[in-house]
Amino acid sequence: MPAIDDLFRDLRAKQRKALMPFVTAGDPNPEFTERLIGEVVGRGASLCEIGIPYSDPIADGPVIQASYVRALGAGVRLNEILAMLGRVAPKVAAPLVTMVSYAIVYRHGVQKYLDEARQAGLAGLIVPDLPVDEAARLAEQCRAADLSLVQLVTPTTPRERAVRIAAASSGFLYYVSVAGITGERTELPADLVDNVAWLREQTELPICIGFGISRPEHVRLLSPVADGLIVGSAIVRRVAEAAEKPADQVIAEVGDYVASLLAALPA
Amino acid sequence: MPTEPKTAASLPDAEGRFGAFGGRYVPETLVRALDELAIAYDEARRDEAFQKELAELRFNYVGRPSPLYHARRLSEHCGGAQIWLKREDLNHTGSHKINNTLGQALLTMRMGKRRVIAETGAGQHGVATATACARFGLECVVYMGAEDIRRQAPNVFSMKLLGAEVRHVDTGSKTLRDAINDAMRDWMSSVESTHYILGSVVGPHPFPRIVRDFQSVIGQEAIEQSQQRIGRLPDLVVACVGGGSNAAGMFYPFVAETDVPLVGVEAGGRGPTPGDHASPLSYGSPGVLHGSFSYVMQNDDGQTDDVHSISAGLDYPGVGPEHSYWKDSGRVTYTACEDGAALAAFDMLAKTEGILPALESSHAVAKAMELAAERPQSEAIVVCLSGRGDKDAAEIARLREG
Repeated sequence: MPAIDDLFRDLRAKQRKALMPFVTAGDPNPEFTERLIGEVVGRGASLCEIGIPYSDPIADGPVIQASYVRALGAGVRLNEILAMLGRVAPKVAAPLVTMVSYAIVYRHGVQKYLDEARQAGLAGLIVPDLPVDEAARLAEQCRAADLSLVQLVTPTTPRERAVRIAAASSGFLYYVSVAGITGERTELPADLVDNVAWLREQTELPICIGFGISRPEHVRLLSPVADGLIVGSAIVRRVAEAAEKPADQVIAEVGDYVASLLAALPA
Repeated sequence: MPTEPKTAASLPDAEGRFGAFGGRYVPETLVRALDELAIAYDEARRDEAFQKELAELRFNYVGRPSPLYHARRLSEHCGGAQIWLKREDLNHTGSHKINNTLGQALLTMRMGKRRVIAETGAGQHGVATATACARFGLECVVYMGAEDIRRQAPNVFSMKLLGAEVRHVDTGSKTLRDAINDAMRDWMSSVESTHYILGSVVGPHPFPRIVRDFQSVIGQEAIEQSQQRIGRLPDLVVACVGGGSNAAGMFYPFVAETDVPLVGVEAGGRGPTPGDHASPLSYGSPGVLHGSFSYVMQNDDGQTDDVHSISAGLDYPGVGPEHSYWKDSGRVTYTACEDGAALAAFDMLAKTEGILPALESSHAVAKAMELAAERPQSEAIVVCLSGRGDKDAAEIARLREG
């Protein structure tokens, strides 16, 4: 059984919620990312989302885009990232999930990517530019490889389609909080809680909410309706400061920030 | 009503596939808008009132049909086959792009949206979009790479005069590919009130099909005009290919005329080394970019390569999925023309015919000149002269002084 399924069964039994930090692989270098994953999991993150840098990420706002530019500009290659993840995965007590464009997966070779992800000890993948209509074959291959293929529902998704996506998704369902791109927001949509609560009625699958979440009050607002919360740009923005600050300090600051969000989860 | 071609009319299929190519590789956020667009377009294309309004605009506003002009002095210079130019440069706004933007502006109105976004490389699509939006009173925002804003300045002024907002794109290579990224990002946040008038036969389904259909008026007219003026179909048809919209519009009605060879000309840039050209069909391989599966220039990790062309409109690492289908099926032959040959063709057309072609179109002219020289005078080559070159005059002067 995939590691993510085990995790959420365990969390639900304990009536706990997951916090899932997002980090960009290779920003500013793979060694830093390796330490950062160790830090956020050490602080209590239940799982970690690893963004594989991509040259043309249309779902991402300026903060994550810039991190991809930094990582690719420093010359990071997919093989190095997978090797780094292979080192860190066995050491951390949390499933690791890659957020990766289908452009990358296809070019690398779909089965090869899945085999290598499996070998590295990864738990699953999110392919943000592969909507459910194009994802049937990949979902099958992921099942065979014992990897979760997490699919996304957004505020623009019609309800009957959301049910279809939930049925096709595995591991958890990623609910995108806003019709838009990644990035910190001060306010989240007014109907977000209701929309997730509706979705909650439609599926047994764990639901994690992402995009725009950056503050402890967001965590307090959303944790009652979700199984987990995903925080990306607010972390990546702090990592961007690694150019001017010592790595230890940046990693500790991200750790403190993650701890402040964890503290807002119900005990 | 436009006549449907005899074959291949069933493509793309319901999933937007041209054989293996095409599809829809986009974030879930955009799927509903793409579904709505596909439905709106299907209804519009069967709606006589829509087709009548579009036909009236083409005739009275664009100035269609565009002439098929026998370039006698250019042909004599080449010393072989006759070169005929399909004069899309004479359209209102100076290129073929207006064929698509008027159609999509009508679709925007039909879908009840009031805001339009677009990307542009050379600025031709930006100007054509700004024009259509002014004509229908729609708000218009055009994304354009900083490098293209520099080299295509006249079109930037025109867009602003037409009431559009031009947004600088400073990411990546600061060219067409980055402009598409930023337009897509805008659309991610504005999709419920905004239509994205994509300018080429690229992107997720249904864009490649919609743009091809609106541009097919080029090939339909060329077939009729060839029969009237040449007395038969041409012996060869040539068009330049960046994303590939003028070529798709020219070729599509000819696809069923299997005796007519079709040649697509990509931007060969400085040569075949990766990074020096923008010729995915000639030197790339199939992959995913901007929502569709098609030939693309990428490294082994799936990262999009930087590309180069002297022509901003061809300076793009991808190509429309239907071109990939035509390449693999062998129906169209794709080749590349380097910067120098395109510039030489620009000069020769200017000097022999008094026509300044767009640098994009100059690539097609260059290949046609080369092919004409190898063929007898009895043969006729039709070239899509997709746009006019006024926009390029200053940049060409700069390159020569530099």
